[in-house]
Amino acid sequence: MDALRVRVWRGAAEGAFQAFEVPRQASQTVLDVVTTIQRVLDPSLAYRFACRVGMCGSCAMTVNGVARWTCRTHVDQVARDGQLEIAPLRNLPVIRDLVADMSPFFDKWARAEGRFRGARTRHDDFERIAPQSAPRRAVDAGIECIGCAVCYASCDVVAQNPEYLGPAALNRAWTLHNDLRDVARRERLRAVAGDAGCHACHTQMGCTERCPKQLTPTASIAGLKRAAAKAWLAGEL
Amino acid sequence: MSARGETLLWLAQRASAAVLALCVTVHLATMVYAIQGGLSAAEILGRTRGHWGWLAFYATFVAAVAVHAPIGLRPVLGEWLGWRGASRDVVLAALALVLGGLGMRAVLGVFG
Repeated sequence: MDALRVRVWRGAAEGAFQAFEVPRQASQTVLDVVTTIQRVLDPSLAYRFACRVGMCGSCAMTVNGVARWTCRTHVDQVARDGQLEIAPLRNLPVIRDLVADMSPFFDKWARAEGRFRGARTRHDDFERIAPQSAPRRAVDAGIECIGCAVCYASCDVVAQNPEYLGPAALNRAWTLHNDLRDVARRERLRAVAGDAGCHACHTQMGCTERCPKQLTPTASIAGLKRAAAKAWLAGEL
Repeated sequence: MSARGETLLWLAQRASAAVLALCVTVHLATMVYAIQGGLSAAEILGRTRGHWGWLAFYATFVAAVAVHAPIGLRPVLGEWLGWRGASRDVVLAALALVLGGLGMRAVLGVFG
């Protein structure tokens, strides 16, 4: 049976790659490879996963230099000459081995007012939103984010400016901005249009290129820029 | 900087870019046209001196450059050198004044 030569990051911020040989299997995913290493070759390897089917967003890693969701990435797609290099996500602190600390990532969702704030109670009627309306379609385009941080790890603006809110938090803010039930739009625009907010995006589209759900955070960020500009012109920012 | 300030800079950057796109096109086209017949510098100056239309055009061009360049340099200084905060903005405001001043000096030189 063919063997895959795998180099895996060990340690935290300081560390080194450790080499393993892992048997090749049909339809093998990168997560399968990491799981084989942890269960068969070295049980001290730390990594994170949950659903294994591309829903939970917990297994993202850097595979041959590119951030990917490992549970849905087949080895055949990414191995170069039978070799893989697996590292934790970029732009986040490393806890140990392949486990990145997601706290800064989700803290920025909070800073971007990424929480729905409605005014209705259980005693009110439902808000009626036409499925084909422009705001609803804008929400649809960005709502399937699974919070995997692949976009965040792929963003060069985050790499250059650690305070930058990042594509996922801004995408979340854009979906809420278009949610007609939400009552905190002005506060949210203020939160995302300041220093290190949407205007810091260079439209390099690394997030859109890498998003495993094929979302376009770049378009969401552009929408926030336009919304902030309109609010400024209307004196509402 | 506040959300209002950042958004104002973004609008100014976009508006000045639109003006520059027009100005650069007209400027390049005029240069190519002007030298085709073998015009000398003296002949070109003869056409620009006292021409209020060219004065207005190049004054607009200079104003757009003075707005656009410092705003574009701002994230470069922040991301490459880690230079952020009020000191950066003061220096960039000074750069805008220098660009505007030198540019208008040149514009007035070919007008007067």
